[in-house]
Parts: sequence; C-alpha cells; structure tokens
Amino acid sequence: MGLSIQIDFLLATLMVSSTPILLAAIGEMVTERSGVLNLGVEGMMIVGAICGFAIAVETGSPFLGFVFAAIGGALLSLVFGFLTQYLLSNQVATGLALTLFGLGLSSLMGQGYIGVKPPSTGQINIPVLSDLPYLGRILFSHDLMVYFSLVLVASVWAFLKYTRAGLILRAVGESHDAAHALGYNVIFVRLSAIAFGGACAGLGGAYLSLVRVPQWTEGMTAGAGWIALAIVVFASWRAGRVLLGAYLFGGITVLQLNLQAAGVAIPVELLSMSPYLITILVLVIISSDRNRAALSAPASLGRAFHASH
Amino acid sequence: MSAGSLLAVEGLRKAYPGVVANNNVTFSVGVGEVHALLGENGAGKSTLVKMVYGLVKPDAGHMTFDGNAYTPGSPHEARSTGIAMVFQHFSLFEALNVAENVALGMEEPPPMRELAGRIREVSENYGLPLDPGRLVGDLSAGERQRVEIIRCLLQDPKLLIMDEPTSVLTPQEVDILFETLRKLQSEGTSILYISHKLEEIRSLCDGATILRLGEVVGSCDPREKTARELAEMMVGTELKTPSAADHDLGDVALSLKGLSVKSANPFGTSLKDVTLEIRQGEVLGIGGVAGNGQDELLGALSGELLAKADTVVLNGQPIGDLGPNARRAIGLLAAPEERLGHAAAPDMSLIENAVLTGQVRKNMVHRGLIDWAKARAFAEEVIAEFDVRTPGAGNAARALSGGNLQKFVIGREILQKPDVLVVNQPTWGVDASAAAAIRQSILDLAAEGAAILVISQDLDELMEISGRFAALNEGRLSEPRSAQGLTIDEIGLMLGGAHGMEVAHIHEEANA
Amino acid sequence: MIRLEKRPTPSRGWSYLAPLVAVLATMVAGGILFAFLGNDPLVTIRTIFWDPLFGPLASYFRGQLLIKAGPLILIAVGLSMGFRAGIWNIGAEGQYIMGAIFGAAMGLAFYPMEARWLIFPLMIIAGAFGGFLWAMIPGILKTRFNTNEILVSLLLVYVAEQILASMALGLLRNPEGSGFPGSRNLRQYESTANNELIAGWGMHWGVVAAFIAVIFAYILLTRHIMGFNIRLAGASPRAAKFAGVNPNRLILFCLGLSGALAGLAGMFEVAGPAGQISIDFNVGYGFTAIIVAFLGRLHPVGILLAGLLMALTYIGGEAAQATLGLPAAAIQAFQGMLLFFLLALDVLTNFRVRIGREGHA
Repeated sequence: MGLSIQIDFLLATLMVSSTPILLAAIGEMVTERSGVLNLGVEGMMIVGAICGFAIAVETGSPFLGFVFAAIGGALLSLVFGFLTQYLLSNQVATGLALTLFGLGLSSLMGQGYIGVKPPSTGQINIPVLSDLPYLGRILFSHDLMVYFSLVLVASVWAFLKYTRAGLILRAVGESHDAAHALGYNVIFVRLSAIAFGGACAGLGGAYLSLVRVPQWTEGMTAGAGWIALAIVVFASWRAGRVLLGAYLFGGITVLQLNLQAAGVAIPVELLSMSPYLITILVLVIISSDRNRAALSAPASLGRAFHASH
Repeated sequence: MSAGSLLAVEGLRKAYPGVVANNNVTFSVGVGEVHALLGENGAGKSTLVKMVYGLVKPDAGHMTFDGNAYTPGSPHEARSTGIAMVFQHFSLFEALNVAENVALGMEEPPPMRELAGRIREVSENYGLPLDPGRLVGDLSAGERQRVEIIRCLLQDPKLLIMDEPTSVLTPQEVDILFETLRKLQSEGTSILYISHKLEEIRSLCDGATILRLGEVVGSCDPREKTARELAEMMVGTELKTPSAADHDLGDVALSLKGLSVKSANPFGTSLKDVTLEIRQGEVLGIGGVAGNGQDELLGALSGELLAKADTVVLNGQPIGDLGPNARRAIGLLAAPEERLGHAAAPDMSLIENAVLTGQVRKNMVHRGLIDWAKARAFAEEVIAEFDVRTPGAGNAARALSGGNLQKFVIGREILQKPDVLVVNQPTWGVDASAAAAIRQSILDLAAEGAAILVISQDLDELMEISGRFAALNEGRLSEPRSAQGLTIDEIGLMLGGAHGMEVAHIHEEANA
Repeated sequence: MIRLEKRPTPSRGWSYLAPLVAVLATMVAGGILFAFLGNDPLVTIRTIFWDPLFGPLASYFRGQLLIKAGPLILIAVGLSMGFRAGIWNIGAEGQYIMGAIFGAAMGLAFYPMEARWLIFPLMIIAGAFGGFLWAMIPGILKTRFNTNEILVSLLLVYVAEQILASMALGLLRNPEGSGFPGSRNLRQYESTANNELIAGWGMHWGVVAAFIAVIFAYILLTRHIMGFNIRLAGASPRAAKFAGVNPNRLILFCLGLSGALAGLAGMFEVAGPAGQISIDFNVGYGFTAIIVAFLGRLHPVGILLAGLLMALTYIGGEAAQATLGLPAAAIQAFQGMLLFFLLALDVLTNFRVRIGREGHA
C-alpha cells in the first residue's frame, strides 16, 4: 500500500528526474536539425555536471553554476564542431571521442569535489499556484530550471516553426549544398547549432549534479546522454515529442526507483536495467516504420559538408 | 534589342589546382537582351556564372552591373543587386514546402501567408501553376524548376541567370518556358542563358558568347549562324557522328512483363506495369524527364531492386528476383547514371573498381580470395581499349575527369561481353569527344549482337543511336516506336506533354 | 586564410604519418595538462612512455604490456571491420562482459571436474558465443527494424553491467566465498585457468588469439572478397549494393565478428588476469578499443601497434599514479585527446592545406 500513497510524490519527482534528459535532448535535436550528428552528448553532459558543480561550490551560487555548465558544454561541443566542420572528421568517431574525452576530463576536474555538498538550488514559490492542493505540489513547486527547460522546449518549437533563422537551420539540415548555393553560411549555422546543443547538454549535466542527485560522482551521467540521443530519434526530431519522450523516460526511471525502494519482489538488477531496455524497445518501434523514419530525419544528417569551389 | 549593357564582365579568371576554369573571360549582356553562354561540358560556364552570382570569387578581372563596379561577396549581395539564378541542379529542399523554399531564396520575404498568396498570383500569371503548401519532394522535376523560377520572379530581377534550364523539360514545356522568357524580356529583364543545346539558343537568344576550355573563343548573333557552325566553334574540331553498321536483329534477349517496383527513395518514382521486349543486336532508347523512374528502371534491371521473378525475363529465364551478381553471371550487365558513388567507388582504385562489377564474369575470385593480378590486368585492358586517360590503374576513381571515368565505367561492362547491357545517361556531363566515343562503342556492341537499353534524358543522343524509342513518364513506359521519323512533337507527347504548364498570360490574353 | 583542397588520391604518406604526429601532439598537449595538475611534464611523460619499457622496473612492466594489449587488440580488430563498413558497434564493453560471463559460467559448470582438454576449449566457444549473441541484438534489430545500432549496442552495455552485477551476487557467486560477491577464482582451478604461457611475458592464450586475429583480419581485408565488400560498403554504400553486396548480411557479419572477438577477450580476461566474475570486472577495454581501432587506422597491423601503445599508457599511467600521484582520470583524458588529435590530423590524408587568400583580385 506504500505505493499508492506516493503517487503525487512520484509525479512531482517525475518532472525533476526528466529535466536533465529533456535539456540534453532538446539541444541535440537542434544540432541534428542542422544536419549534425553529435554523439558526444554524454561527454558534454558530464563536463557540464562538473563545471556547474565546481563553480556552484566555489561561488556558492547555483545560478552561476548553471551558467558555467552551459559555457563548459558549449566549449567542449565546439571542439567537436571544429573537427567535424573545418577538418571534416567523421561525425560518429568524433562524437565518440568527445564522450570518451569528456568522461576523462570530468573525473580529472572533479578530483577535489567528491563528497562535497553543493549549495541548494531554491524551489520557487508561485503564489496561489504552489498552494493548490495536489497540483501545486506536482506542478508548481519545483526549482527554476524545471520551468526553464519547459520554456526552452517551447522556444525551440517556435524558433523552428516561425522564425527565418529557424527556417535556415532546417534548410541547412535538409541540403547543405542547396543552402550553400543560395548563399547561406552552412558552417556558421552548424557551429551555432552544435554550441547550442553543447550548452543544453551542459545544463542537463549540471541539473544532475546540482539538483537531481545532488553531489558529484565520477561517471554520474550513467548513459543519460545516450538516452537523450535515443529520445531525439523517438521524437522524430520534433520539439513537442522530445518533451513527451523525456517525461515518459523520466516516469519510468522514477517508477523503477520507487519500486526498488518499496522492495517489490523484482530483482534490483532487472529494475535498474529497465530504463535502458525500454529505451531500446521504443527505438525499435519508432524506427520499424522505415518510410516515416526516412522522412522525418534531416536529410543531411551526419554528412560532411565541403564547399567544392 | 539591347540598349546599353547591364552586366559587363572583363578579364575574369578563376583557377583551381591543376585546372584553369576561366581565363580572361570578357563579355556583356545588354538591357533586355537574352544572352547565351555556349560551351560543352567542362568549358567553364558554371564557374563563370557562379562568379557572377557571388558564389565563387574570381582570381582576377572585374565586373560592372548597371554602370557600377560589381564585386559580389555572396549570393545575398547578388540578389540585392538585382541578379537571380535558376540552378541546373536545383537549390531546393525536398522536405520543405514550396513557400518555404521560395522564402529561402529571397532577401526580404514577406510573412508566409502573404508570400503564399503572391506565389499563387505570380505562378498563375506566368503560366507556371504551383501550390505553395506542397512539399517540394513530391513535385516533378519540371514543377521543381517552376519553384526556382517563381523564386526569381518574385524579386523582380534585372538579370535572370538560367543554367541549362531545359534539361528537365519536355519539348512542349520548353516552348512554354521560352514564351515566359520572351515575356520577361519584353518587360526589360535581361537573361543570361547557359546551354549546350544549339537549336534552343538559335531560337531564343539575341547574342551568344562561346566558351571553350575556359576561354572565350567567339561571340556572335546565334540567329545568323547555323547549328553546325555553332557546334564547331564550341567544340573546336569537326565531330564524327557515330555510325551504326547494318545488322539483323536476333531473338528476344530481354523482356519486361508488367514490371512494377517500389522506389527505395521516399521521394522517388515507383515503376508501374512496365512492359517491353528487346532483341539481340537492338538499341532501345528510353527517354524521359529526370525523376520519372529512370533510376528505378536501372535498379530493377541491375538487380539492386528486386521484383517478382517472371516480370524480368532474360533469354527465356525468369530473373526478377535475382541479385546483381547472379544477373551478371548470366549476361545482364548495367552501368548506372551516377559515376561517383554508384557505378564506381570514388576513393577506391581503378583496379578495385574493376573488381566491383568484373568479379563474376572475369573469374577474379577463387575460394573467396581475390586474384589481384587478374583484376589489375582487366583494369588495364579497360584503360587501354577505351582510351581512359589516367597515370595508372592504381589511381583513385575520383582523380579521373568525368569523361574518362565514364569511359572506364562503360568499358568495364562492354569488355565483359554482355548479352544485354543497360546504361543510364551514358554521356551525362561528358565532353563531346568522349561522348562520341562512348556512343560509338555502344553501337559496336550492338553490331556484335548484344541487346542494349539506353536510358537517357538527352533526346538527340537517343535519336542518334537507338533503333526504337520509348518514354518513361511518372514510372510508366510508353509503347516503343521506331525512332526513324519520330518528330520532336511526337516525342514530347510521349514524354507527357506540357504537364499542366500554360503559356504566360501577363500582358494580353491573346498570347495564351 | 587557410583552405582545404581535396586531394585527387589519398596521401599514403600522411595515412602513416598522421598517427605518429597525433601521438607527439598528444604528448605535448598532455604535458601541458600534467603541468596544470602540478606535475613536471617531462618527468610525467618519461614515467608513462619510457620507464615501463626501459626503466628499472621494466621487467615487471613488460609482462603487463601484453596483458593489457591483448584484449584491446582483440576487440579493436573486430570493431575495425564494422567501422570500415560504416557499421558502428560501440557496445564492445557489453559484449566483453557477456563473453566473460558465458565463458566463466561454462567453466564453473564443470567445477571441480579435471578435464582441461575439454573444459577450456568449451569456455572459448562459450565466450565467443556470449559476445556474438550480445552483438546480434543490435544486428538483428538493425536489419529487421532499421534500429540505430550505435544507440542499441551502447545501451546494452548498461544492461550487461546489471547482468554482471546480478551474476556476481547471485548465480555465479562463490558458494565458499563466505557471502562476498564474486565467483570462484578461475585461475585457481586447473581446468579453467588462462595462465601465462611463458612466465613473465604476459603472454596468455588471449594474447595468442589477438595475434591470430590480426593475421586473419589482414588476409580478410587485403585478399578476401568479404574484406573487399566491407571496404566497398564503407567507401560507397550505393556502389556496394550495385556490386551485389547484401547490406544486411554485412551488418550481421561485422557485428557478429566484433561481438565474438570482444566475447573472447572477456573470456580470456576472466579466466586469466582478472580471475573471477566480479561487479567491477570490466574496466573499459571495450571503449578504449575504439580509440585503438582508429589510432591503428582500422588496419590490423596498425591496431597491433596502437594496442601496444595504448597498453603502455595504461601501465605508465598506473606507474605515474603510484610515483607521481597523477590522477587515474588523467590517462583517460589523455587517451581521449589522442583520438581527437588523430581525427584532426586525418584531414591531411584526404586534403591539402593551402595557406593564402582564395582570390588575388
């Protein structure tokens, strides 16, 4: 019976536990819409996690922590950007390198921060709304980043749908040759998208280390970056569905953690692997419709661009 | 017609490593003039217009536009100056709709809703009907060109550059396009018209500049020259036209019976109920505007796209469900359109590219191991027999010029002595002498008794080499007809006629 | 302004030079990194790259070199096949774990029977099969449902880690281990032990397997039609289809092969250097092997050399950790950096760098 009592708590933690993946996934979606496949999300997240953590601890300001996490993620992503856009390196290999490097770099940076407690990120209190019975607790008593991530998703959606810059970004992702022929600066557009993706991944990582956990441990992202990548595919590169995917995944995570805590008679290992298994299952379902998958993916995704003249 | 010059180009030069694309190019386009840039493939026409459109910076020389010095740093500058361009390989985005595509090519597009209205209006006026909400990927090649043209017209350009615009149009559609261009001309718009099709230029243009190997070799009023004279200026030497030896046709070598195949590409054209027969010693030409199922037809014959076994029959044997190598083993060979990346692997050597299709018939593989000596010998045989200019068989395919690589690709199949050979666009983007050599080798192969299916968008080529002619239109194949005595109008109708295009009706309805 | 110009033919010289220059550049950048961490860069570089081979303790370290290089080479050779064909198995770590579990389970099933001639070969087969099976999951999902093999193979690493934990705590736990997690020690059981073949050399059956894999891969790639098809599919997928290559079969072959080799590596490791199934059995060889594969230019001989070099950074890193207090993570960052430099320098194989303005107008 312990479970039923916790439903509202469960729903409230759902938003918190989804936020890191939501941030990383929405950023990666923008990167991929510009035609770039950056597999380094995991690396950028974990570097963001330690950057944010270190700065927040040193300055005592979680806000500054998040700012620097975004900067750290973006800087790291620009290494990827430089290699893939200027030196035309293979995007898959470079993304992997970014993840491997990010994992090493973050543990190096985090040497002195193991076991340290970060300053707490305050929850905001919205008058009236937060006091609503039930809903107030689920929806309106979180920290600012939860709401920021929602605003971000809405802004990305509007940006892609209604702005000229968004149209250009989509055009570059569809056909870099045609975009180049019309005079658009393909490399600049892509670098911007890569940096945005990096910043978002950094924010997602910092949310893990500053709010969700909150402490620093090596390798703490534990595959969240890869799940963010999977959610982009699940979402068919659409902002609204990224939100859906991230919350669905967050829900599963929260549920399995609660089941573990409640001591349900399912092996702990099976519960722990369930988010990954379910992610794979969802990927299978989404990609099995080949035609739809081919139509919704940006046509230039993962292809290198080099102006031949 | 021309009152003062609008665009003047003087001493333009552009060099790439190992090749001078343009050298000391000088010409001018008058206000309201339709000026032709004439030259064969590789003469430097494209580089030249890319410099005018701001995509490529010249190494030397200068331009003036409307009396002012003109040094475009980007296409944006070119567009704001009043220059618009219709690309040969369209600068369109398949997954975006017509209005979005148009907006991307404009400097200051109005809001989408207003833009959609203007697209409707302008496309109606010029007889190029278009629905602004449709995805470009779902449009035919001719409709896509309309998108490009409308995009230009919405900006009221002073100079409109058109790069080989008729290669995707049926003869009827060409006539209508020319009407539209004449209308524009009468409104004072200048047009720079790039082509290698002589009759078109003679019927449309007021002046012509002829390029050969990157340099201007002459300028003239094309209406005062014969097509032959223009061709000789363009090519520099007199051309041999391929000749077919007389020979009798044998039994039916290949037949397609109600072949239907779904395209592998989401925006591709599926084949619908294609039926044909081709005899030993026969060359059957298949014409059609780009994107009407040519790639799919080649794929269904090469074995890359599988169909029901009995819809493809080779020498009486059903083979529709066999893969490429099984078909090669029994004598059906193919040469696809795209040289780099389909017919050949760009980064691999010619020896490796010889293995690509030659492994079966040339017996290059024993117990899974490749006999590289045999592969090299075959590659060198192709190089020698087909006059492929390359330092050696060990060179990467991408290092060869288009003409030389095409000779290698065609030669590789012909030297395997096919019973049936299928080629798609055998001379696309190839210089005139290589094209003549390739056409001759196709005719020679037919004379030896092979059945040959030539898919091409170049109608002149098809009329030159094929005995019978059929047309692909939206994945359907017309009844083949004897090529002799077919008129351009008849061919045009076989290709699908005007596809809903109408004559422009901007000034007076009388013209319509 | 610096511009890149595509070479008509890839430069042979640069394809050999790039890895060497990348190693040198990484040493310089690594030196700067170490200096930031408060270590003398020259001393650190010497401790990592020189001392294990030629220093006073070299005799101990040299044995370690093959122990570390063996699994890296074995896994990387398998991965390189797929990478060449554009099939990205990045879950070798998971296949390595599954190979170890299958191999160990097979061996322990016979405990305490004494029949090495039967049990050890069965373990080898089981290990390879475990890795093969785990790699077939992304393979079949890719060929049947068009599912991205990169994501699936990677996500399966986390699943494999959970299975490993479950095995160490449950099924395979040593019944005489007084409740501690971890299986029986396979090295102390005559029939399953994968011990050194020559004392002090670090040469165990896994290293032998790695060398054999290098030779077979070399023949496959240069002489066999399958190797040709792999290279063709990577260079130009459409041309490969035209040449009659069946993409699905190629996917299954490449994933199956790399999975089986990774599984073998895991089995040899668990029966040898590691000794038992434990929660922290896997130490990231499956990921480091990705670096090894690229550093070796996806070429078997190159991978052999790259595997040895990467093993050296592990050993040297441990030495530097012990003597200089260099954090363990520094080596991981160092390895990642190496891959970056290599990918960056790769550009020189296919492009010429021109300095100067595009136009002279």
